[in-house]
Amino acid sequence: MLIERRWKKWVFFYIPLTIFVLGTLFPFYWMLVTAIRPDAELYRSWRAVNNAPFWTVQPTLEHFRDLMEKTTFPRWLWNTFFIAVISTGISLACGLLAGYALARLKFPMAGALGTSIFVTYLVPPTLLFIPLADIIRDLQLGNTPWALILTYPTFLIPFSTWLLMGYFKTIPKELEECARIDGATRFGAMTRIIFPIAVPGILSAGIFAFTLSWNEFIYALIFLSSPERKTVPVGVVSELIRGDIYFWGQLMAGALLGSIPVALVYSFFVEYYVTGLTGSVKG
Amino acid sequence: MKNPIAGGAGRAAPVEVALPHSRASQRRTLTGLLENERFLALVLLTPTVLILGMFIAYPFGMGVWFALSSISVGNPGHFVGLKNFVKAWNDSIFRIAFWNTSVYTFWATIFKLVLGMWLALLLNRHFRGKRIVRASMLLPFIVPTVLSTFAWRWMFDPTFSVLNWTLYKTGFIVTKLPFLSNGDWALWCAIVVNTWRGMPFFAITLLAGLQTINTDLHEAASLDGANGWKRFWYVTWPLLKPVTVVVVVFSIIQTFSDFQLIYVLTGGGPANSTHLLATYAYQIGVAAGLLGEGAAISLCMLPVLFVVVWIQLRYLRRLEGA
Repeated sequence: MLIERRWKKWVFFYIPLTIFVLGTLFPFYWMLVTAIRPDAELYRSWRAVNNAPFWTVQPTLEHFRDLMEKTTFPRWLWNTFFIAVISTGISLACGLLAGYALARLKFPMAGALGTSIFVTYLVPPTLLFIPLADIIRDLQLGNTPWALILTYPTFLIPFSTWLLMGYFKTIPKELEECARIDGATRFGAMTRIIFPIAVPGILSAGIFAFTLSWNEFIYALIFLSSPERKTVPVGVVSELIRGDIYFWGQLMAGALLGSIPVALVYSFFVEYYVTGLTGSVKG
Repeated sequence: MKNPIAGGAGRAAPVEVALPHSRASQRRTLTGLLENERFLALVLLTPTVLILGMFIAYPFGMGVWFALSSISVGNPGHFVGLKNFVKAWNDSIFRIAFWNTSVYTFWATIFKLVLGMWLALLLNRHFRGKRIVRASMLLPFIVPTVLSTFAWRWMFDPTFSVLNWTLYKTGFIVTKLPFLSNGDWALWCAIVVNTWRGMPFFAITLLAGLQTINTDLHEAASLDGANGWKRFWYVTWPLLKPVTVVVVVFSIIQTFSDFQLIYVLTGGGPANSTHLLATYAYQIGVAAGLLGEGAAISLCMLPVLFVVVWIQLRYLRRLEGA
């Protein structure tokens, strides 16, 4: 290995890394501190003499209580969770089947179809929201969770198809051929041999899809209107800011609670997440 | 498939006689069809094609029609040709929005690439607590953008900004910095937040690329007298290029079509100076109800995205060919 001097290690390694870690995590710390400070301490001029913004002397759970009692925040959490789970399920099912077909089967237009599924990235949600709002209204789906459950797969399916296609290509073909010689049908070999092997790939696509739908904003903003139907990001934006007044304590409490579910899912499956991320990039 | 009588294509044949004729033959034709590669592909791809067709291709076509018509809320409108695009082109806010989107995408991508690469190089070394540091660095990428952007907005708050307080106390400034109350400042703040959010993605994917590089190459290079910078430039960087291209393209698409960050951080203000194409399209198409003009504005993103994706597809093809 390469040997380096101690001061060099500090200058080129420890100090930059510490700055990176502090910069990355500070906003989350700031969320937490704001959420547990009483209003009197929160809104104190930045030039006040005894102002100590980095910690609080009288931590309070008042903002969390307000959030739970005065708004429909628990509903938002449930809505977001429900929509994320179902749309992830739909996208995984479609992605699995399509990914398998594109990776394993020979049929006319296979290449063109694969490319066109990939190219749907070209049309991000922000390009489609105006006509989509019209379609959702025509289908009588406005202000229902189904508006989101049906539209989220548009950005989740291409992604999971792509990721799972890459995963299927790494599984040796011989496994399937053996099963077929033993009398399994093509379909049976796919569902009983290949899908179980692909579980790590399915998991990483699933976690990815879940975090993406938890994060989605513009469709939820446009398709949902009544407060109790909203998802966390939209609810926080539209119900915790009244006119020009920002309820910062509640906002930060909401941001914190709204982040915890994704952070939990992520922390349990971090290894899958990272392999999925890198696997999809390696193609 | 689980039916023990009709299961397994070959073995089931003698038993099938015992079943009611129509059902058995139906089952047989279905399994027979599923054995056909083309039919199976058709079955497997139908749900995906249906959903993408219904909610991407169809609205896309409709969006093009909207952009060419005078439709607005409550008024079906009629064909007006390129009038909406001409109007957008002559609209000073549209020009600002287009310029902002380009500046925002360009600088945010550069920062994410440079900082992400640096972070990846740091994380590629051995140190105590490596796993936890790596895991926590991805947090900004996991947490919903809207929620983390609120934390930033609060940090940039005109009256209670913690950043102003810190700079003031440490003696760097004597008066408040106008983070979000000045148009130029506000756009740069948005670039900072976008960089903060997207950098972990760059770092982790580049890190995965770094880990596939054989350490022998570095040792050979250093024996030949290459210093750290030269080893990076002549050994690491060329090998990382394919991964980098994919990540950069992905990030450009996300950044160029960004909506939520600006919507929360500045709302397009002050005085419409920080609009991106997506937020301006929202303001015209949804808030003002001018569906046709809004659709035309968001369609203006397409040429840029198209060029980016086209370059990527060509680059990847060339790699596969080589």
